[in-house]
Amino acid sequence: MATKKIINRGDDAVDEMLDGVIAAHGDVVMQLAENPRALVAREGPRKGKVGLVIGGGSGHEPTFLGFVGKGLADAAAIGNVFASPPPDPVLACTKAVDGGAGVLYMYGNYAGDVMNFDMAAEMAAMEDIEVRTVLSTDDIASAPVSEREKRRGVAGNFFIFKAGGAACDMMLPLDECERIARKANDHTYTIGVALSPCSLPQTRKWNFEMGENDMEIGMGIHGEPGMMRESLQTADEITDRIMDSIFEEMAPQKGDRVAVLVNSLGSTPLMELYIMNRRVHQRLGEAGLSAHKTWVGGYCTSLEMAGASITLMHLDDELTRMVDHPCACAMFNG
Amino acid sequence: MSTFDSARLIAMFEAVATRIETEKDHLCALDGHIGDADHGIAMAQGFNAVRAAVTDLDPGAVAPSDVFNTAAKAFLNAVGASSGPLYATAYMRAGAALKGKEVATEDDMAQAFQAMAQGIEDRGKAVVGEKTMVDAWRPSADALAEAREGGASLAIALQAASTAAAKGAEATADMIAGKGRSSRLGERARGHVDPGAASAAIIIEVMAESLSGAGGPGAP
Repeated sequence: MATKKIINRGDDAVDEMLDGVIAAHGDVVMQLAENPRALVAREGPRKGKVGLVIGGGSGHEPTFLGFVGKGLADAAAIGNVFASPPPDPVLACTKAVDGGAGVLYMYGNYAGDVMNFDMAAEMAAMEDIEVRTVLSTDDIASAPVSEREKRRGVAGNFFIFKAGGAACDMMLPLDECERIARKANDHTYTIGVALSPCSLPQTRKWNFEMGENDMEIGMGIHGEPGMMRESLQTADEITDRIMDSIFEEMAPQKGDRVAVLVNSLGSTPLMELYIMNRRVHQRLGEAGLSAHKTWVGGYCTSLEMAGASITLMHLDDELTRMVDHPCACAMFNG
Repeated sequence: MSTFDSARLIAMFEAVATRIETEKDHLCALDGHIGDADHGIAMAQGFNAVRAAVTDLDPGAVAPSDVFNTAAKAFLNAVGASSGPLYATAYMRAGAALKGKEVATEDDMAQAFQAMAQGIEDRGKAVVGEKTMVDAWRPSADALAEAREGGASLAIALQAASTAAAKGAEATADMIAGKGRSSRLGERARGHVDPGAASAAIIIEVMAESLSGAGGPGAP
């Protein structure tokens, strides 16, 4: 049986979503006439500033398009659902945000995205635009630390993009923007837990199976398998296991500061996220850490998947300044 | 000896698009085991865009390399994802192999086929045994080369290529994935044919059928 969705034709889902985004946020973002899958900030791109282009498959809203605006990303290239955008919209974004100081690409580490963005970067180079790339690899459940370069990018994108976007908005040179973006990625740790699958608008079939009482810690934002399938546990037990894994790798010292993101994968409500956040803060307190800022809500979703993720960014003075730098995006102000 | 003009290549892409459309649900079902269940949709979207773009060309006014380059661009922009850059690179390399030729010979087409397989390997950086479309393309290109070296006609060599592609795709069922999104599935991917290898075998089969027919310049 087909899953229930409020859509028209599945094939039209992405473009009709973009129509609605422009209707709501046309004061902040615009579609490029030459490529409607290229969404560019009305304020932000300017001469002498490193341009920041983000992007990826649709279905993770507000990632990526919601983070386009002054102080964060200058543009986002929009793909089909769970599929990388082709090089054309990436290149269109690149040209639109090039202020003569180079362009930074930031996106999650997936094979398709890497191929398409790399092709766009090659084309940009032919037009004398220098492009640097920083991949997000914050999902610490997706590969061991010894193979960090294989890890996926998930909800930590939010912090990593925000730090990179702040560096660009501060008019720092390309080398510095790249360094700060890499550091932000190195300091960001995410683990998710999934409770039920999601379905694509064009297939309307569950993209994986999960038992009535099952959960999976470490599952990725397209349903990639995590550590193990097990019976559903309490919010505190789940949060403790995630926090234990993050602390083990982050190795924080007493008195350190972190930024916190408790993120819904789609259908898990705020009530449950705040219950998890309560436990996150208890654990931070017990470890002698302080939460500099906390965000709770749907920041990087996986269509209607049920579940949540916890992200910590281990802050130093520089990253704190980046996180605190103001931004005004279509779906996020802060 | 057969020759291949733009009209024949356009007809080949039309045949691939038609066949992929009928295999759409089958490819989605394969992908459902180890992916998002959307591979058939992406491939159909891609080849429908290719069909629209190449049938827009005036076969009398464009060279074979233009047909491949047009197909590459159309496929890439309709699909993105992983298969977009992989097939776009394959077709651009085929276009480069045929550059400057008004009509391709059997040797030219054999070279274009090798260029496609090589392009897919270069772009995706996958090798045989990693449960990807390379497991269909590489043995297929090798079989074609071997048959040509043995003096076979292009039609016979393409038949060998098609058989090798099907066998290669079938063999992915026994593999765990080393590249792409299903590489994160580990052992859970075993037992299922890779959808990208399955669609590659279909594409190669249709190419072989379409290019094996009698025909010279202007034949449908």
